[in-house]
Amino acid sequence: MAHEIGHHESNTKRIWKVFTILSIVTIVEVILGIIKPESLNAKVAFMKLLNWIFIILTLYKAYLITWAFMHMEGETKGLRRSVVWTGIFLICYLMFILLNEGDYVFEVYKSGYKSWDF
Amino acid sequence: MDTTVIKTGTEGNAWGGDSQPLKVSYGKMMMWFFILSDALTFSGFLAAYGFSRFKFINSWPIADEVFNHFPFMHGVDAPMYYVALMTFILIFSSVTMVLAVDAGHQMKKNKVAIYMFLTIIGGIIFVGSQAWEWKNFIKGEYGAVETKGGQILQFVDKEGHRVKLSEFVTAAPIERTQHRRKNGLWFVGEKELPTYTVQDVITGFKKRSDLLIRTQILTEEGEKTILSRADSMNKLANNAVGVVEGANLIKNEYGSTLFANFFFFITGFHGFHVFSGIVLNIIIFFNVLLGTYEKRKSYEMVEKVGLYWHFVDLVWVFVFTFFYLV
Repeated sequence: MAHEIGHHESNTKRIWKVFTILSIVTIVEVILGIIKPESLNAKVAFMKLLNWIFIILTLYKAYLITWAFMHMEGETKGLRRSVVWTGIFLICYLMFILLNEGDYVFEVYKSGYKSWDF
Repeated sequence: MDTTVIKTGTEGNAWGGDSQPLKVSYGKMMMWFFILSDALTFSGFLAAYGFSRFKFINSWPIADEVFNHFPFMHGVDAPMYYVALMTFILIFSSVTMVLAVDAGHQMKKNKVAIYMFLTIIGGIIFVGSQAWEWKNFIKGEYGAVETKGGQILQFVDKEGHRVKLSEFVTAAPIERTQHRRKNGLWFVGEKELPTYTVQDVITGFKKRSDLLIRTQILTEEGEKTILSRADSMNKLANNAVGVVEGANLIKNEYGSTLFANFFFFITGFHGFHVFSGIVLNIIIFFNVLLGTYEKRKSYEMVEKVGLYWHFVDLVWVFVFTFFYLV
């Protein structure tokens, strides 16, 4: 078994380091969310730059939590890939199809002959 | 006996049996796959939220304006501060959890117990805060008027600050009382009547010449459209059909009803996960105190609930981003 007694040295230093990074990222997110700087309102690939920053920071936090706290980094390649890749592929597909369709419905509402706000 | 054993010729290979290709115990592996399936459930919810948001991309409520309460600070506009605090509490309880797992590896029973206890406290504070958020959301603050087309009209003053209905409307005495089972047909009832009628709102609006109406539609800058005084009067007189106070699954004073529905579903489902996480943590906490894992010489159970608890935190990171920030 991988978890024999005494084979584990303490990881507390790394845990506190990860916590610090997570806190800083969250604080940055909240500050950006409150100020909403004008310069980040530019659209990049269908979305505001600010929103892209939020999403990337979120994925970074998710990576840290999974790898450091859930100890994914210590698992075998097989387990890591079967959990992470499965999730990522399915979620990407789901996101693409639903956001695309949502945008389509919006266009229909906007340019259709019927008024939805009467 | 030797003759009954069938050799497959795959001994020593990963698929030959008798080996652990993933090098984890059955329980831990299954916890990982449960987490994967649960992650897909949550992403289904969040993707559906994205669908509805893209569908109403030019009229979606602005989260900063909806969640702007902080305990003991009445009337102070505090966008997102409290949610940020909640996020910190959850991340911190994740840290104490991982410290408990770490102490478990070194077989330090007392340390595990203390860290588990802190984790449970963090979880309880988080769920309590979520309940408080729900209370504010359901109660509402400003009140609004609903139009024939199901749109929401809100009231602002000249500077664009929101104005509560109670600040300019006085309820005229009316004959109509709430229809309950006991005073009408026993098989139908109705929701509590709003404090004011549309007529009250129109009368009050006419008296205050500085008031304007704010519609759901977002401008280019991402702010809500404010109508001119004449348009406001017109809209109110011709389109208003009802007064909305607070939010539930049918009506929502903040804007699109779907926003409220998704808020209740997603944060509710997440809150339910936190709740079950707390229950699991409490069970494991008592097992630690009783010395169950000391006897078993392995604290792997702490690791397994730890995985679940981190997952709850992980989901919150996404909910926080997509519900409150983006």
